[in-house]
Amino acid sequence: MIELEGLTKRFGTKTAVDRLSFTVRPGMVTGFLGPNGAGKSTTMRMMLDLDAPTSGTVRIDGRHYRELDEPLKYIGALLDAKALHGGRTAYHNLLCLAQSNRIPERRVGEVLDLVGLSAVARKKSKNFSMGMGQRLGIAAALLGDPRILMFDEPVNGLDPEGIHWIRNLMKHLATEGRTIFVSSHLMSEMALTADHLVVIGQGKLLADMSMADFIQRNSRSYVRLRTPQRELTRDVLASAGLTAVDAGDGALEIDGESTERIGELLAEHRVVLHELSAQRASLEEAFMQMTAGAVEYHAHDGAGPQWGADVKGA
Amino acid sequence: MASVPAVLRSEWTKIRTVASTVWTLAGALVVTVAVGAGLSALMRAQFDNLPEFERATFDPTVISFSGMVLGQLAMVVFGVLVVGTEYGSGMIRTSLAAVPQRATFLFGKVTVAGLLALAVGLVTSFLSFFVGQALLGEHRTSIGEENVLRAVIGGGLYMGLMAVFSMGVAAMLRSSMLSLGILVPFFFLVSQILSAVPGAKEVARYFPDQAGSKIMQVVPNAMGQDPAPYGPWGGLGIMLLWVAAALAGGYVVLKKRDA
Ligand SMILES: Nc1ncnc2c1ncn2[C@@H]1O[C@H](COP(=O)(O)OP(=O)(O)O)[C@@H](O)[C@H]1O
Ligand SMILES: [Mg+2]
Repeated sequence: MIELEGLTKRFGTKTAVDRLSFTVRPGMVTGFLGPNGAGKSTTMRMMLDLDAPTSGTVRIDGRHYRELDEPLKYIGALLDAKALHGGRTAYHNLLCLAQSNRIPERRVGEVLDLVGLSAVARKKSKNFSMGMGQRLGIAAALLGDPRILMFDEPVNGLDPEGIHWIRNLMKHLATEGRTIFVSSHLMSEMALTADHLVVIGQGKLLADMSMADFIQRNSRSYVRLRTPQRELTRDVLASAGLTAVDAGDGALEIDGESTERIGELLAEHRVVLHELSAQRASLEEAFMQMTAGAVEYHAHDGAGPQWGADVKGA
Repeated sequence: MASVPAVLRSEWTKIRTVASTVWTLAGALVVTVAVGAGLSALMRAQFDNLPEFERATFDPTVISFSGMVLGQLAMVVFGVLVVGTEYGSGMIRTSLAAVPQRATFLFGKVTVAGLLALAVGLVTSFLSFFVGQALLGEHRTSIGEENVLRAVIGGGLYMGLMAVFSMGVAAMLRSSMLSLGILVPFFFLVSQILSAVPGAKEVARYFPDQAGSKIMQVVPNAMGQDPAPYGPWGGLGIMLLWVAAALAGGYVVLKKRDA
């Protein structure tokens, strides 16, 4: 379990991470979502005690990172793929790390096997492709068989096969009861892997909820219709207290009513329909709206919007 | 807390598994011995043409160490790379995530690399001495003469300390290129030139290389040099202060700055 409390990081006048408080729980994949520059990597570096927070704390199973005995046995992290020495072989890169935390040498072979790099174990890591580098970084994270794993944008630059492999690995690690914390700037990626979602924008917490709740609350459902009698349709809907919004492509969109009710209402007035369908806005759209709101809010008064605030109105 | 023996083992693995360790240390040894041998042979041939004051203070030990001016640069490169590659590759984050105690990490690394540099320095120093003396013919000295053993062991200490000083500087500057760009011209040009300029040399003799190399002299004011305000051990002490300052600076930077 990782607990963040009021975590803040300023670089000069820029606040990269702004009073973040949330908890990463075991046995599930927690997605850490935010657009580029939102402060995800900075937050992760502070979790590992690489960057010093301006204020606030991070606790790992109740302790500060620096208080952990042999931290690789508690928490494994993939920050960026090139965080190893290119002139050293894959095997030796992992061996130095293993020795520093008294992890038995046989574990090096095991993790190389696990990530599928046994065949290139004795090759210098600078000649590795992006995907192989990423796998080596993951092998390093797994070295101490830690209960907590942290991956910063692990699918970046990977081919579809590699992406598939990483997704499955994370899910598998979570089913073993481990704590998985993974960042991404892509909503679609999170939707596929995460059980729980933490969203940040401009360093501020925007949402912290289960993936199911997030989908429930953020995919706006509405009715879309096309008709040759637009004015009549608008009047009929208005008389029933509904507002039809122009969708831009000639269609109309109506929030807050079912297709059944709208179909029946328009049939009573003998309106001709060319299309009538129930729609859900994509999560990607919801995510973009949420973070765009953070930008606006930030520009106006610098305080963070809480989840549930009227983002569009801010 | 991280186990110190474990960190030392890990740092030893890091050092022995990169190619630069072998070529820098072998370079230091070969260059120092070879240049020292060449100058020793030249001195023997040219002895009678030396100016009177140089003949009067002729120091065969110092002559056999002539190669260190060049060889020490390889030691500087070794020291810089040991620390600097952690930064160049972004590996520093992986290393500090594994060993978050900054002091254990830095001083573990410096201990292992420093001892290795010292060992290579001692071998280099003894080899340079014996090869040089063999080539000096009738002008040679021997290891049994007064203060000679001190000078030869001192030569090894000097080379080891040059490497450690460079490690401290690289930890402060967090970049191999920047560190080399400053240290190599400094030791090879600036220090050498200033030590020949009247006025400037009063300052230059407190530079780490100028002060430290005093330990290798057997004859006082060897080869017609001006008398220094410190003796051989005083000089080495001054060098040690520089090394301590560089390491302290490196530690402060590592502790204070984000990785
Ligand atoms: N070392 C640093 N110095 C100054 N600004 C930084 C530094 N690291 C990150 N930032 C800034 O902090 C913000 C957050 O960056 P980052 O944590 O990398 O975001 P993300 O990983 O979400 O893309 C960005 O605006 C970035 O420019
Ligand atoms: Mg990032």
